[in-house]
Amino acid sequence: MASEAHGAESGGLEFHPMDQFIIKPLFGGDIINWYTPTNVTLWMALAVVAVIALMVVGTRRRAVVPSRSQSIGELAYGFVYKMVEDVAGKDAIKFFPYIMTLFMFIVFANFLGLIPMSFTTTSHFGVTVVLALLVFLTVTVVGFVKNGMGFLGLFWVSSAPLALRPILAIIELISYFVRPVSHSIRLAGNVMAGHAVIKVFAGFAAIAVVSPVSVVAITAMYGLEVLVAFIQAYVFTILTCVYLKDALHPSH
Amino acid sequence: MATTTTDAAGHAAEAASAPGMPQLDFSNWGNQIFWLLITLVVIYFVLSRIALPRIAAVLAERQGTITNDIAAAEELKAKAVEAEEAYNQALADARVEAQKIAAEAKAEIQADLDVAIQKADAEISAKAAESEKAIAEIRAGALDSIKDVADATANEVVAALGGKADAKAVTKAVADRMKG
Amino acid sequence: MEGQLAHIGAGLAAIGSGAAAIGVGNVAGNFLAGALRNPSAAAGQTATLFIGIAFAEALGIFSFLVALLLMFAV
Repeated sequence: MASEAHGAESGGLEFHPMDQFIIKPLFGGDIINWYTPTNVTLWMALAVVAVIALMVVGTRRRAVVPSRSQSIGELAYGFVYKMVEDVAGKDAIKFFPYIMTLFMFIVFANFLGLIPMSFTTTSHFGVTVVLALLVFLTVTVVGFVKNGMGFLGLFWVSSAPLALRPILAIIELISYFVRPVSHSIRLAGNVMAGHAVIKVFAGFAAIAVVSPVSVVAITAMYGLEVLVAFIQAYVFTILTCVYLKDALHPSH
Repeated sequence: MATTTTDAAGHAAEAASAPGMPQLDFSNWGNQIFWLLITLVVIYFVLSRIALPRIAAVLAERQGTITNDIAAAEELKAKAVEAEEAYNQALADARVEAQKIAAEAKAEIQADLDVAIQKADAEISAKAAESEKAIAEIRAGALDSIKDVADATANEVVAALGGKADAKAVTKAVADRMKG
Repeated sequence: MEGQLAHIGAGLAAIGSGAAAIGVGNVAGNFLAGALRNPSAAAGQTATLFIGIAFAEALGIFSFLVALLLMFAV
């Protein structure tokens, strides 16, 4: 988006790394009500379409010997299933569809955001904070429903000396409530930082001498962003599993 | 954005676009949250109602197929081992049989051979005895002839010397000389 | 003037990104050192590796965020 402005401007470099994150109504107008279809809506819908294409259309033949799309779907299923089973334990399997939803949404939102001129929904704190708060609320509710007041044992480190325990309890409590903050800012920050850096390099391309370096740097950053897009989805999912394990087995 | 730091062109462009970070524009958070929740609910239902049970079924079916195939392969392998054993058994039997037959044939031949050898031996010894007899006869015949010849020769010799040969004495002398 | 100070602050905050890079390098390097000593145990610990990297990186992202806030929101 920043590159659009360069042709017109002759003097000085133009950097608008944040313009790509602007939310615009799809059908004109300036007012964004809570129901207005915006580019957020469009790219979330595309993510839904991608998920359906992979997980439903791709597996429609139910082949014992899978086609390419079906084996990718099965790979994603096996990947998340094994993660839930290994990290959160066998009794967390009933949360598997929920975790799978988070993973598929984030992974597709991240990858769709890497398409040039697209909009990255996961770069917005509004989106990731909701995702992280959903996880936080789920974990807290599950923890109290499963263990009752025993869930508070998570904050009472029984292996520490008695005098230290209240202090540790306060630290644990703070770290527990910081979880959704770091959980959400990690995802949005990584995605936003990568995209912004690519735009900054694109801004340097306005100088003819620097432009080859700029193109090489954009290519390298793009490769890194492909990696980050997957790893951040993986990290978000695995942290959800870790938090869920705390809720199901709070013994510290 | 601070106005004093940017040059005029940048400032104009900055003013035209949205202020600062779009992420911190809280006025459209409601919109994002609304659409996000709809998205999540749709994905959740699609996954939990359609996609995940289907994939689980396919994986279970594949697991079953693989298990069955492995069992079938195991069975076939057992059969192959069995067949091989039977083959080996048959081979061993045949070998024993062959050895038996060979031994029998050998014994039979040996018996025939023995009989034939015995017969031949007997024939040979009979022939040898016959030959010996014939030789003895010939020898005896030869001795007599020699005696006759010697007698006659002695008589002639005596006569030639002018003596009157006594036939008996000559014969006796010849016989003595021939013995000696 | 105030804006210039904010820009200086943003630059200072970006130092945190370098610190996070050191942290991530530490995590990955130590993982590799351990993995080369005992390769059979490495496969089971990749999840821990990524969690460690994520926690180390999150703090770098925080400093990046502070830089952005100083640039655009002050």
